[in-house]
Amino acid sequence: MTPAPRIAYVNARLLDPASGLDGPGALLTEGAAVADLGPRLFADGVPDGVREVDCAGHCLAPGLVDMRVHLPRLDENFSDGRAAAAGGVTTMVCLPNMSPVIDTAATVEFVRRRAGRVGAINLLPYGALTKGLAGERLAELGLLAEAGAVAFTDGIRALADAAMMRRALAYASRFDRLVVQHPEEPRLAADGAMNEGELATRLGLVGIPAAAEVILLERDLRLVALTGARYHAAHLSTAAAVDAMRRAKAQGLPVSCDTAPPYFTLNENEVGEYRTFAKLSPPLRGETDRAAIVDGLADGTIDAIASDHTPRHPDSKRLPFAQAASGIVGLETLLPLALGLHHKDRLSLLDLVATLTSRPADLLGLAAGRLAPGAPADLVLFDPGAAWVVDTDAFHSRAKNAPYDGLPVQGRVLRTVVAGTPVFPFDR
Amino acid sequence: MNAAPKSIRFSHRHLLGIEGLSRDEILGLLDLAETYIAEDAAPARRRDILSGKTVINLFFESSTRTRTSFELAGKRLGADVVNMPVEASAIKKGETLIDTAMTLNAMRPHVLVVRHSDSGAVKLLSEKVECAVINAGDGSHEHPTQALLDALAIRRRRGSLEGLRVAICGDVLHSRVARSNTLLLNTMGAQVRLIAPPTLLPPAAERLGVDIFHDMDEGLEDCDIVMMLRLQTERMHGAFVPSSEEYYHFYGLTERKLAAAKPDALIMHPGPMNRGVEIASAVADDIERSLIHQQVEMGVAVRMACLDLLARPPAEKRRPMSPAR
Repeated sequence: MTPAPRIAYVNARLLDPASGLDGPGALLTEGAAVADLGPRLFADGVPDGVREVDCAGHCLAPGLVDMRVHLPRLDENFSDGRAAAAGGVTTMVCLPNMSPVIDTAATVEFVRRRAGRVGAINLLPYGALTKGLAGERLAELGLLAEAGAVAFTDGIRALADAAMMRRALAYASRFDRLVVQHPEEPRLAADGAMNEGELATRLGLVGIPAAAEVILLERDLRLVALTGARYHAAHLSTAAAVDAMRRAKAQGLPVSCDTAPPYFTLNENEVGEYRTFAKLSPPLRGETDRAAIVDGLADGTIDAIASDHTPRHPDSKRLPFAQAASGIVGLETLLPLALGLHHKDRLSLLDLVATLTSRPADLLGLAAGRLAPGAPADLVLFDPGAAWVVDTDAFHSRAKNAPYDGLPVQGRVLRTVVAGTPVFPFDR
Repeated sequence: MNAAPKSIRFSHRHLLGIEGLSRDEILGLLDLAETYIAEDAAPARRRDILSGKTVINLFFESSTRTRTSFELAGKRLGADVVNMPVEASAIKKGETLIDTAMTLNAMRPHVLVVRHSDSGAVKLLSEKVECAVINAGDGSHEHPTQALLDALAIRRRRGSLEGLRVAICGDVLHSRVARSNTLLLNTMGAQVRLIAPPTLLPPAAERLGVDIFHDMDEGLEDCDIVMMLRLQTERMHGAFVPSSEEYYHFYGLTERKLAAAKPDALIMHPGPMNRGVEIASAVADDIERSLIHQQVEMGVAVRMACLDLLARPPAEKRRPMSPAR
């Protein structure tokens, strides 16, 4: 057996939010794991037999852990895996609303097996919370967990039935897995295509009130208090929901939440005259809500940033707004859009990287998301200041549905490493 | 023979809504429509302004009145008018809106008149064709020719829209007529009031530059014009209002409620009417005060003006009305 390859990343700015490390140094990977790191490592040069990568002073951080991606199917030329690698994402967790729905141990195993074949990125599945995501009967949570489901959620569907949610929380706590909710009162959101308000009224579109989010969230928070179970609210989009979450955390409830870049970079005006690329679920909100999401990230109320990557076929977007599919692709813009918060001095670089690495990893109980001896050698090397302009046609993802075309951003991924092996750039 | 003002400032390729039209553009359209009213009354005099041009009526949502009105307008101008009811077309077989647009575009029509149940659908279609597109109603968004014909009917009786107090009553939430009329009346300097139960008003309606009322007696006070809206049957049995009886009790336009308006207030309704739901027959049929039949008549004239204008080559549309303006 040949010895595991050793690679030295020298001349780096090491960023490890889990330990609070932000400083110059080097890192050594051996095989699939991190072997050593520190400011003095390789101070006297890299020994023979170790490959050297000069980081030229750029940031070396744990690879991004994206806790929310939609992958309708895992087909042969899996472009979303390439998009992840290009975006510095080394672990992504996919929602159960796939074909087939991930609601049995067999489908979890199918996804994990398929994931190994279609790409180098760590692809982990959520398990369904209820059978068929129908919200009526519990899925086999214990068996799903044993098969490798990292947490439970009905994905893009809210679990609306309060009694069902109470039981789901209580039962899931037995397996110490997070329950992830799409917090949107479905009856209030019914037929809605965009945020409720003046713009929706002018466009003649049915709106989804911002209150639909906090109504379901606050109900869930009461159920958390009742059950003591861990609960996570996905993609927060409103000021009221951030407030509710802030209060719940102050009370000591075991709750967490994430958001996605559209909710802190864009507002409902992006819809303009029926631009379906700006149709998301939950919808883009007003400017006050957008600013509150930034505040929630800045004060730590919002734990994580996920891409909410949702590839859509062009035909599903070239429709009248109400009929068009929701969602945008986000893997390749996740890091630069998040870095915007740092460039605007709202979060320190380390705190920002935490929302993309250690915090989601901790919520899901993953070993990834940190730089430490023995941790997986999943890394991203990036230049936080590099300026570029988003060109959606150049996305590696086959789907191009993003409202960011032509947007100037700062922050470029230079290298992505999964289990010690470079997976980006591709021309290696 | 040709009395139509040939030059009118109109800088749009399509007529997708009242939004975006200037006061002068609206006035220009109304003036042009005015010249067609006489023609309209004497249908034997066919014009040939649009001879050799093709107008396609593409109605994804059933409509008899508006479609017939556009059809007559086109024929009176000498156009070839083709009706494409959706029932008979490929849409039912799963063809997408954009496929339909491309197919029709390949037939090289000059004007497409489109109605669709989705807000924004007509705009989407207009982006995929080379001809002019007239929005004949899209979802709850806009119905510009209805607002123009309403304006023409009012102007012929009152001389001007400026300063008039206009009440729009009923199901504003689902009404494209209410949206287009609000935009047009505001642009022309009228004061708009919306009167409806809270469940039939769109969110943030007060942001539309209107005064909101939930009570007919208060809302109708001193109004010059009372526009009633149709309440769809499926919305009156508990979903938005408890019953048609209760709706009529509070929001049906009766002679008693109308007494709050100015003594010479005019009554309008885009049709088709639900008598005894939103309007009493005695009010609807009051020859002195009801403009309901004139609205239909103005409809043909306004649509002739829109077809005429949009079928013209761009240069002619952009020429200013006169150098002095």
